[in-house]
Amino acid sequence: MSLSRRSFLASTALLAGAAALPRFSWAQGAPAPVAGGVLTAHLSSEQRILNPALRASTGVYVITSKIIESLVDLGPDGAPTPVLATRWEAAADGKSVTFTLREGVKWHDGKPFTSADVQYSAMELWKKHLNYGTQLQRYLEAVDTPDATTAIFRYSRTMPLPLLLRALADLGYVVPRHLFEGTNVLENPANTAPIGTGPFKFVEYQRGQYIVAERNPEYWRKGEPYLDRVVWRFITDKSAASAALETGQVQISAYTQLALSDIERLAKDSRFEVSSRGNEANSFNNTVEFNHRRKELADVRVRRAIAHAVDVDFFVENFLYGRGKRATGFIPSISQAFYPGGAFPYPFDTKKAEALLDEAGYPRQKGGERFSLRLLPILNGEDVPQFATFLQQSLAEVGIKVEIVQLDVAGALSAIYKDWNFDLATGWHQYRGDPAVSTTVWFRSGSPKGAPWTNQFGWESAEVDTLIDDAAAEIDPVKRKALYAQLVDVINEELPVWFATERQFVSVTNKVVQNHHNIPRWPSSDWHDTWIAK
Amino acid sequence: MSLFLFALRRLATSIPSLLIILVGVFLLLQLAPGDTVDALLAQMGGGDAQIIETLRHFYGLDAPVAVQLGRYLLRLVQFDLGYSAIYGKPVIDVIVERLPVTLLLMGASLVVAVSGGVALGVLAARRVNKWPDTLISTLGLVFYATPSFWLGLMAVVVFAVKLGWLPPGGFEEVGAGYQGLTRALDIARHMALPTITLSLIFLATYLRIMRASMLEVSSLDFVRTARAKGVDETKIVTHHVLRNALLPMLTLIGLNASTMLGGSVVVESVFTLPGLGRLAYESVVQRDLNTLLGIVLLSAVLVIVVNFIVDLLYARLDPRIRAKGH
Repeated sequence: MSLSRRSFLASTALLAGAAALPRFSWAQGAPAPVAGGVLTAHLSSEQRILNPALRASTGVYVITSKIIESLVDLGPDGAPTPVLATRWEAAADGKSVTFTLREGVKWHDGKPFTSADVQYSAMELWKKHLNYGTQLQRYLEAVDTPDATTAIFRYSRTMPLPLLLRALADLGYVVPRHLFEGTNVLENPANTAPIGTGPFKFVEYQRGQYIVAERNPEYWRKGEPYLDRVVWRFITDKSAASAALETGQVQISAYTQLALSDIERLAKDSRFEVSSRGNEANSFNNTVEFNHRRKELADVRVRRAIAHAVDVDFFVENFLYGRGKRATGFIPSISQAFYPGGAFPYPFDTKKAEALLDEAGYPRQKGGERFSLRLLPILNGEDVPQFATFLQQSLAEVGIKVEIVQLDVAGALSAIYKDWNFDLATGWHQYRGDPAVSTTVWFRSGSPKGAPWTNQFGWESAEVDTLIDDAAAEIDPVKRKALYAQLVDVINEELPVWFATERQFVSVTNKVVQNHHNIPRWPSSDWHDTWIAK
Repeated sequence: MSLFLFALRRLATSIPSLLIILVGVFLLLQLAPGDTVDALLAQMGGGDAQIIETLRHFYGLDAPVAVQLGRYLLRLVQFDLGYSAIYGKPVIDVIVERLPVTLLLMGASLVVAVSGGVALGVLAARRVNKWPDTLISTLGLVFYATPSFWLGLMAVVVFAVKLGWLPPGGFEEVGAGYQGLTRALDIARHMALPTITLSLIFLATYLRIMRASMLEVSSLDFVRTARAKGVDETKIVTHHVLRNALLPMLTLIGLNASTMLGGSVVVESVFTLPGLGRLAYESVVQRDLNTLLGIVLLSAVLVIVVNFIVDLLYARLDPRIRAKGH
């Protein structure tokens, strides 16, 4: 109760503050925003669907968050701030959350935005179709709409308000009910020509080339946005993308979509800001997944030996240009609400690794080899094949022969998560603000076969399952943090999956862009206050 | 009329090969692990099992392979290429959007490669073993040996990034709303670097063939006869030698039509052109079978058409072929 009261007060205070201040005065000392201009952003892959209520992925957010709005966003301090919802309050029993919605908001097609839209989006899209949304809203029973500006989310199990709010920044985008109701939502034309309430209106999607959105003159934040247009250009080739930045064809490339070497080069160019600022809400890890069906890997000593055998610091320094660090657990240090602290559990120590392998009963054979493993890299990042090679060479040092099996992303996902045909896998995990959103599914047993990035590793622990379930439903934030700290300890001890590094995405931004990266998920936010210096 | 019948017959005989190609590609792609839903999940960053099942059903991937193939062929005979899983619209629409860019790139490159190759080849042959020949032949060798992605990247670095003369990529200025001639010039500016990149490797081949073929024809009896009769040297080159030397070139151009389509994948990626090559690549990565098969079908048709045109030109250049009849 005390918590919901606090966040309620915080949100109203923020609102009052925003209303009291005249438009430009908040940026004192900084130049006043200038209206006009086109901001062009780089995107490395085409998007099939432009509906963030149907598809939770950064590629979708980067585009649609300017067009479609969420109930809440994250403020500069990382706390949830109002967007379409102006206030929220959790009931004392933790089983319902009441959202008060913004008045006078219109869809881009002129129809009014009401609680019916929120109800429809939550029940029909987030709960039924949205990846990670189905997980988050599993216990959502109904959304009551007593009036046009109130939406009451009712849960059959306690729902921690901070979890819901943090998750809704990504999983709480609202789409217009009047366009989706009674249609096949997967085939709805509004999935590729989105209609939202946001600062920019969708104009056109030229396949293979660009997407254009233009200023919404009826946007509810009066006087904003400043930009006339936002353009997203699809540039698949990394070198071509950095050439486009250097020639001014695009001004922003977020989410580490450029080659790491180009990022380092552009960091020395005074025209660009290259940093992780404004990406704090999106940290990610290099992971090592073990197939516990292999008898060697089912032995925790072997898993620990593997972690000891890899010099993560060396990898970060030499392959990632120092952009990252070793992880002390599955919760990244950037996560203020949950990070339990602690030391790196498996320091680089080949002697210890060898001792553990000997102890586990896998002595070096003739030729120095203990056993061999097949490693499948999931190539969703430039550094993944490098990490795979690094693993291969590190493990060779301690007598484990690693054969790398090269498949493209679709092939690797299918081999690992559908066919369980792997010994080791390596790829990325993305932390989404709260461990309950997409992290704990990596450890929770009982995941149906074929769901990527869930526990398909054959590892089971009743203790961990209970901890995960309890933590997801705990409404006292202090107890919740303690439960996750306990979970971090167990996972570090048992090492079912190894989160080797923790990293943040890097954005390259041309310095003509102003007010950029001022909130922790800026590349995925609405850019309402962004402008371009002439 | 006979030409029309000839065309029809040629096209009819190519239908079985088209079918074999399509079924082959269909089956080959079945061997690749992962389907379009796996690719989609990779883009989404995951999803739960129920969503995955719904999507597989939505794309018809839960049916056995034979049924899927049957469905595809059944649609094909109704001239329906199916629905693209990446773009959420009919494959034919997606392809028609992309086709002009690739045709423009291929057409322009072919013109540059052929005209440049013929000119330089003739020049080299006329000055054989003198310095122009050495220079041209060396350049040809360099172009032939350099991979086109590297050439493309270097062109971008030099002409776009360092000198700022030409745009580094894209088909036209995004959303500039140019019309008519301004738009044509804008597109021409954007196409300059990709065209040169794609054409250089072919130019090098044509140059070498042209040079060799010119030298060979020059030594034949009828040229010697013409020369003995005192025919003007320019006339000998254009009428007697060039005409005959062009024949092997034509064969090569016909064969190159498909190679060029393959080369355009690289060039379109480097210069971010929205063409068929990139679409094909994307379709493979995304396991968008319908789109890929559509492109394969179209490319096959394209190659058949180009070869058909080459055959006609052949007949025009060498009356003996026409005389023998088809």
